[in-house]
Amino acid sequence: MSTFFTSRLFFISLALVVIAATLPLYVSGYVLGLLTVAFYFGVFAMAWDLLFGFAGEVNFGPTFLIGVGAYTAGILNAQFGWSVYACIVLGALASVIAGLLLALPALRVRGPYFGLTTLVAVLMLQNFIVVFVDLTGGEIGLTIPDVISIDAGTNYWIALGFMTISAAILYGLSQSPIGLVLQASGQDPVQAGALGFNIVKHKLAAFVVSAFFSGLSGALLVFYFGTASVGTVVDVAVGVNVIVSAVLGGRRTVLGAALGAIFLIVAGEFLRPTGELATFIVSAVALLVVLFFPGGFLGAALSREART
Amino acid sequence: MRAFQILIDGFAISALYALGATGFTLIFGVSGVLNLSHGAIMVAAAVAAWAAASVLGVGTYAGALIGVGVALLTAFATYFAVVKPIQDSRRIPNEEKEIFVLTGTLLWGIMIQELIAYFFTNNAKTVLPIVEGVIEILGVRTPRNEIFTAIVCCLVIALLWLLVNRTRTGKAVLAASMNPRGVTLLGLELTNIYVVVWAIYGILAGIAGVLLGMFLGVSSYSVGPLTASAFSIVVLGGLGSVSGSLIAAFVVGYLETLTAYLVSPAYRTIPALLLLVLVMYIRPQGLLGRR
Repeated sequence: MSTFFTSRLFFISLALVVIAATLPLYVSGYVLGLLTVAFYFGVFAMAWDLLFGFAGEVNFGPTFLIGVGAYTAGILNAQFGWSVYACIVLGALASVIAGLLLALPALRVRGPYFGLTTLVAVLMLQNFIVVFVDLTGGEIGLTIPDVISIDAGTNYWIALGFMTISAAILYGLSQSPIGLVLQASGQDPVQAGALGFNIVKHKLAAFVVSAFFSGLSGALLVFYFGTASVGTVVDVAVGVNVIVSAVLGGRRTVLGAALGAIFLIVAGEFLRPTGELATFIVSAVALLVVLFFPGGFLGAALSREART
Repeated sequence: MRAFQILIDGFAISALYALGATGFTLIFGVSGVLNLSHGAIMVAAAVAAWAAASVLGVGTYAGALIGVGVALLTAFATYFAVVKPIQDSRRIPNEEKEIFVLTGTLLWGIMIQELIAYFFTNNAKTVLPIVEGVIEILGVRTPRNEIFTAIVCCLVIALLWLLVNRTRTGKAVLAASMNPRGVTLLGLELTNIYVVVWAIYGILAGIAGVLLGMFLGVSSYSVGPLTASAFSIVVLGGLGSVSGSLIAAFVVGYLETLTAYLVSPAYRTIPALLLLVLVMYIRPQGLLGRR
């Protein structure tokens, strides 16, 4: 941990954050808006990577945690008129509770079964939203009356600050002794258990942390968009994007996941002139990375550094 | 009257689900691959059959054959371009191959879906049915096509059973699903067996896709739901267990039809999902799965 503050990775990250923080001074609101969304997505992907890369649990339903946080915040604000900040905090809490409810039984099963349980949770949430249309706005979505700020620069700084703090906490956690135990229990649960670590407790903690950041980010995103809809925070396709971001950026790196998310969203926007082929090209690039650079962007860069 | 209608409609849907899920579970059973491009392959088959029959005008039979052929080619492409490179890769640790195959096939499925949307638009397409008209069964007006679908599904599944249990190739496939190392020790090339399984899978997915296109119609939006339904049926039945999938397909098919007729079509998929959650908690290996 102490070596981290002198490592090259730390200085590169610091430089990137500083450069990113000055962006509102010279780029258009359109670029800022795009990056704002990308930063919130970065947090989704990092929270997912903590669970997959370290705890070794494939969560196919990141959008269950994101969606619960986003919709709780949205409903409290739109239907009950609670203040923005109370809604965001409660959204994150609701996500933690949902994460616990999902993780307690789901952690009993392993591998593809765990993945499926989390996937089913997303489908259930989606159905719930469509069925309770009066509360949730159904398929059309929920319009949120309040926003954090209407200034593109302020929104951008909030998102950047939020992502940086989340990245610092999640990365610190992953490099801490707890992260090591998580990694051990992900790779060989029997042996980690034999060494006297309570695997279930650690994995549960990872799930709670992942849920907290997913929910918080989801709630913030809702107040940025001014709307909560299935298509933006719950749909399986959104979850797929989160997973692809993390694998693309480099699993088990946490920071790489944020890079992957930013790449995915910015690349999707750059390719917009190609029309309907944009998604095709992004998927194809992602597939090539998965096939030829399985370590992802950051994984490839780090292994090169380790070799020299 | 309504009971018969539910019985007949439910049977056709269930048979179609069963056919779609059988290939999916076969691949998992033999090579441990969960192919998330499943829905895309089915839709590709249906769209190819539609394009051949309605745009090129080659006739319904030739169209259906072309559809199955396209599914077969796509299945081979999936295996050789995506699944095999990941399985053979030395840079991916063994315990992570599963998630890489999942991610890889998922991306591949999205690519197929986007190509279909690009060349053939997102509009729903209905493949010209091979048999037309309606007949009355037990007082229920039933499209002949629905009966045809059910019969073809049952026939194909029966053929598959014969192939797996009565032929030499089938027995090799069966053996590979039980003990891959044992099969290699007997001097059989595992890769050849996988190719055979992917061929069977491609044909099954193709037939299911073309029939689905005739029965309900497909669009590139059907890709996700089709994969999800095959996935949940297979998990409900027990990953890798073909007979479990068949039972699960009928359970899900009838549950959906019952809900659609008696409650509301909007809630169609909910009871099946609840059942799936219940099964996951009580019996995570599925109805007939092995631990």
